[in-house]
Amino acid sequence: MTETTDTTGAFRRFLRRSPTPSPAATATTAADVPAPIDQGASIAVDIPDSDPLLAYLQSAPGPVDVARLELDSPAVKALREAGVALVVPLVSQGELIGTLNLGPRLSEQEYSTDDRRLLTTLAAQAAPAIRVAQLVREQAAEAAERERLANELRVATLIQQQFLPRELPHLPEWQIAAFYGPARAVGGDFYDFVELSDGRIGIAVGDVTDKGVPAALVMARTHSILRAEASRLTSPGEILARANDLLVPEMPARMFVTCLFAVLDPPTGRIVIANAGHNLPFVRSGGELRELRATGMPLGLMPAMRYEEVEGTIDAGSNVLLYSDGLVEAHDKAREMFGMDRLRDALGGDEAGSELLDRLLDTLRAFTGPEHEQEDDITLVTLRRSHGVAEAAVTAGSTALTSFSLPGTPGNEREAMDRVAAAVADLGLAPDRLERLKTAVSETAMNAIEYGSEGRDDVPIDVDVAVTATDVVVRITDRALSGAIPTDAEVPDIERKLAGEQKPRGWGLFLIDHIGDAMDVSTDEAAGTQTVTLRMAREETHHG
Amino acid sequence: MDDRTFGAQVDSIPDEVRVRMHGDLDARADDTLQAAYREVATQGSHRLTLDFGEVGYINSTGIALVVRLLADARRDGRGVRAVGLTPHYREIFRITRLSDFMDIEGDAA
Repeated sequence: MTETTDTTGAFRRFLRRSPTPSPAATATTAADVPAPIDQGASIAVDIPDSDPLLAYLQSAPGPVDVARLELDSPAVKALREAGVALVVPLVSQGELIGTLNLGPRLSEQEYSTDDRRLLTTLAAQAAPAIRVAQLVREQAAEAAERERLANELRVATLIQQQFLPRELPHLPEWQIAAFYGPARAVGGDFYDFVELSDGRIGIAVGDVTDKGVPAALVMARTHSILRAEASRLTSPGEILARANDLLVPEMPARMFVTCLFAVLDPPTGRIVIANAGHNLPFVRSGGELRELRATGMPLGLMPAMRYEEVEGTIDAGSNVLLYSDGLVEAHDKAREMFGMDRLRDALGGDEAGSELLDRLLDTLRAFTGPEHEQEDDITLVTLRRSHGVAEAAVTAGSTALTSFSLPGTPGNEREAMDRVAAAVADLGLAPDRLERLKTAVSETAMNAIEYGSEGRDDVPIDVDVAVTATDVVVRITDRALSGAIPTDAEVPDIERKLAGEQKPRGWGLFLIDHIGDAMDVSTDEAAGTQTVTLRMAREETHHG
Repeated sequence: MDDRTFGAQVDSIPDEVRVRMHGDLDARADDTLQAAYREVATQGSHRLTLDFGEVGYINSTGIALVVRLLADARRDGRGVRAVGLTPHYREIFRITRLSDFMDIEGDAA
């Protein structure tokens, strides 16, 4: 006689015998001849869920003779090969929970009617008891699994928190805020700030695929590598390339790391980014939102990857957002994704720093609903450059007076001029200084509208006005639709114009050049913008 | 219509034709200024006075319009004089050397 057991879930019945030959091995040596079962030995027979024997046993009224079964069933064949003569179904509350499998009687006689009746009674009493035992075992296993997961979660959280920055960098003129919200299962998000050897600031935001302790360990390793490389390299592309080469040989199967590495020069707002398959950062400037677009393979997948670098300038008043996919890939109850459009909308306001983070998280919560369990880690890092530093050339201590954007509609240069004039009204500029500034602004804005916006209402120009102890600084930024303003155009010559040898037009840059104290033109190819910076001394010290 | 909209009135007074302008002298003044000069051309006088007294704003496109008008007047043998320019626009006329080809009232001193 043999014992019966059952696993949870998938329906399996075991008979144990040792040593355990595979059914196939038994079949080749013993064909269909029942093998004698040693007293007290046990044999394992696995009945797949699809086997017709299960349905048969479920509804069988009592013990079933294996020899007489006419089922096209691999399990029946296996039972015969294992030497099972009689199968007694164990049914509890209408559910087949196991079988009692018996070999031939030791007397080699058939099982009698009395035997069968006894076995039926035994099975009816044993089945509920076995079911209870099964349930107890299942619950114990579940509790152990829960405990294991809880422990793993604690460890993963501990690792994760160990590597998040304890405090954010304090940079003059910059407002920095960060948020890390772990999902219950703890993903592999991270962010970090590191001072580079040349004084610039490295900012990393990354996401390890997978969750739990494995993800946390890879995150910790990536974090350490990035820190180490950033201490000697200053190019974000090189830092990522080196990190990738170090991570490839040790990356567990099916895991990789997406990471965006930005290098910021705080005094000038110049930012260089490289990207290993991570979400692109947003820059919000003068009411306009753009992405800094750099591409590259995630870290840890393939060796010898190169990472392109993209440069931009974070102007005064502009915001940058670095983020992980936990935000945009969150779902609402209807399984709709938060998505990029909602993120763009949420970024459309004028909040900055932690207020911006609050707004993003509030928007997300409103979308997912209060009962929502966060699916993935969410990491957000924002940088805002205060008004007041127009660019590197502006000395410390400058004060922003105004920033505004105007549609690129012809004629709006007049509006730009009037608003700049209003902004500097309290500075007490001498009338001729003010008039010169107004003309220079008007001419510069006109160029920006004509070449930068091509006169389109939907392509704006941005104007920033700042003042230092000695100068008024006006920056006019356009979208460079026609490329750079042609600064090398022919110098206007009145005599040639009067003689019809030159067109009457072409005075704009000439005027700007001659009435402002200094003009500087710079282009930001990554951002697709061109900026003209006008400087006008507040007092008459020199003549343009 | 507001005080920025460009307008030009052509008056014939003894010995000269005077174009009194008002509003903004920019690209939008083109048609009006050309029409004004056509009217000037019908007058016999060889002295043309451009009165900028009511012009508050001139940009580089406006300068180009003045250059073209000046070229037309010179072709027609008319001497051109500018009056009513603010000190700033007198400076602009000096920088662009328009002042080399027209008399600017208030510049003589």
